[in-house]
Amino acid sequence: MRALFGQLLVGLINGSFYALLSLGLAIIFGLLNVVNFSHGALYMTGAFVAWMGLQSLGVPYWGALLLSPIAVGLLGVVIERTMLRRLYQLDHLYGLLLTFGLTLIIEGLFHHQYGNSGNSYPVPELLQGGSDLGFMFLPRYRAWVVVVSVAVCLASWFVFERTRLGSYLRAGTENPRLLQAFGVNVPRMLTLTYGFGVALAGFAGVMAAPIYQVSPAMGSNLIIVVFAVVVIGGMGSIFGSIVTGLGLGLVEGLTKYLYPPAASTVVFIIMAVVLLVRPAGLFGRQK
Amino acid sequence: MSGPARRPWSGQAIFMAWATLVAAGLAAPFVVYPVFLMNVLCMALFASAFNLLLGYTGLLSFGHAAFLGSAGYVAGHAAKAWGVDPLLAILAGTAVATVLGFLIGSLAIRRSGIYFAMITLGFAQMIYFLAVQLPFTGGEDGLQGIPRGRLLGLVRLENSFAMYYLVFVIFLAGFAVIHRTINSPFGHVLRSIKDNEARALSLGYDVDRYKLLAFVISAGLAGTAGATKALAMQFETLTDVHWHKSGEVVLMTLLGGMGTVLGPSVGALIVVTMENYLTGFGDWVTVIIGCVFVAGVLAFRRGFVGEALNLARRFRS
Repeated sequence: MRALFGQLLVGLINGSFYALLSLGLAIIFGLLNVVNFSHGALYMTGAFVAWMGLQSLGVPYWGALLLSPIAVGLLGVVIERTMLRRLYQLDHLYGLLLTFGLTLIIEGLFHHQYGNSGNSYPVPELLQGGSDLGFMFLPRYRAWVVVVSVAVCLASWFVFERTRLGSYLRAGTENPRLLQAFGVNVPRMLTLTYGFGVALAGFAGVMAAPIYQVSPAMGSNLIIVVFAVVVIGGMGSIFGSIVTGLGLGLVEGLTKYLYPPAASTVVFIIMAVVLLVRPAGLFGRQK
Repeated sequence: MSGPARRPWSGQAIFMAWATLVAAGLAAPFVVYPVFLMNVLCMALFASAFNLLLGYTGLLSFGHAAFLGSAGYVAGHAAKAWGVDPLLAILAGTAVATVLGFLIGSLAIRRSGIYFAMITLGFAQMIYFLAVQLPFTGGEDGLQGIPRGRLLGLVRLENSFAMYYLVFVIFLAGFAVIHRTINSPFGHVLRSIKDNEARALSLGYDVDRYKLLAFVISAGLAGTAGATKALAMQFETLTDVHWHKSGEVVLMTLLGGMGTVLGPSVGALIVVTMENYLTGFGDWVTVIIGCVFVAGVLAFRRGFVGEALNLARRFRS
């Protein structure tokens, strides 16, 4: 019983990261029509910025939680301004290819500098330890990750669906030209959206640092699963990405308990089933 | 891509060009290290098969390494554990990749555009995990020391020249299949799907079936390339099923020229040469490949062959 709940908790943690990352992907895709392959690499960058900050400057976890997303977001702004912007008029696939190339560059650089092995990042003092719930042991940091991820996702959902800024963003998704005619600076909005989307990835990276090993490959392994999550959920709704992300994390945890060898492939099997039954994705609209 | 040439090239000029290329291919192993050439030819066939999808049907598969690698593993295992004839091993690899192509293809064509790319990438990753876990693939070590055997029980392929000419013939055969496909009525329908899918559908073509068949042919030939490569190189590792490989074939096609007949082969030659000469730089290879990728997407989308054709066309008109 304890093993089952332990695996489910691990699944829930993974699911939180799926949700955070697929949320960023959905926001970027919605407005820019770009599938951001470098999302995983930027998540890894976020984790590394936190780790390097602690190693060389002694920046604590709480500082990194703020600084890392800003750094990654700025990097995103530069990427959008200098490169992505030139591809908006072209086929979507060029955006994917460009960000794929960027992924190779970013990962290669970190690989060169820090090698293959993982670096561990200590859990902040305030969140060390945990409590025994009777049926399972709940480390405090893991509870924190789940709660904060869900809170960030819900806050993004609120901003998108209930605020004035969100209405601009949704209008930009529907008809950017009309929005520009109304006097909204759409190009700047696109830049900031990309910056915000990848900042979310950087934030997820900092959250992940104390749980997983900080290594150059941590992002690309994750991003492919997140793509499958996006196919399963459909990029249509923010709420959909959250539910799908958490749900698939739990399914993965359950599989690890029931039949461990299938744990790494179960998401893709679900993807196949969803494509057969509901090709547009669970929350998607067929265009 | 580029529109049709106003004046077609004369049949004689085209024949001369092909004859020169084939002659160069026959003479090449006397000048360049045969194992390197075999690698180039296998990757060229892989990229040409990929181009059938991206360049002529407009489908970006981001998981073509799955076909290359799984065929390589099957052919390698067949040759090593069962000692079958090399041709049979290559056929077995091709068959497995074709079946896999049918399975993945029939699921992936249910979505279009960018989702298609993500789905193929996802399934390829699943194949990667299977390759890590299955008992016969050798996990992290891969398959080592795959015997090339005797062709039809007669020709010893341990001789690199003999193996080279076998690879060259397989490449030409695969290339001929692709060329024939592109220039058939079927190929014209594929191009019309690329240009305007809704129109092709409204004209009564069963678009999904055409896409699926193109996907299966492409996967099968990618498998031929992978199986041949496993025998030629005498090893098969996880590199061939990794998503880096799926990206690499996109790069080859992009650099050489999407939707051109020779482009992917030129791209394969460039990328394999680059990797070969840069191995001393370690991790920088990935960074350099990434930079080439970014530069290609931003400023060189026609690729070498595309640019050359464009120049020639301007010069002639």
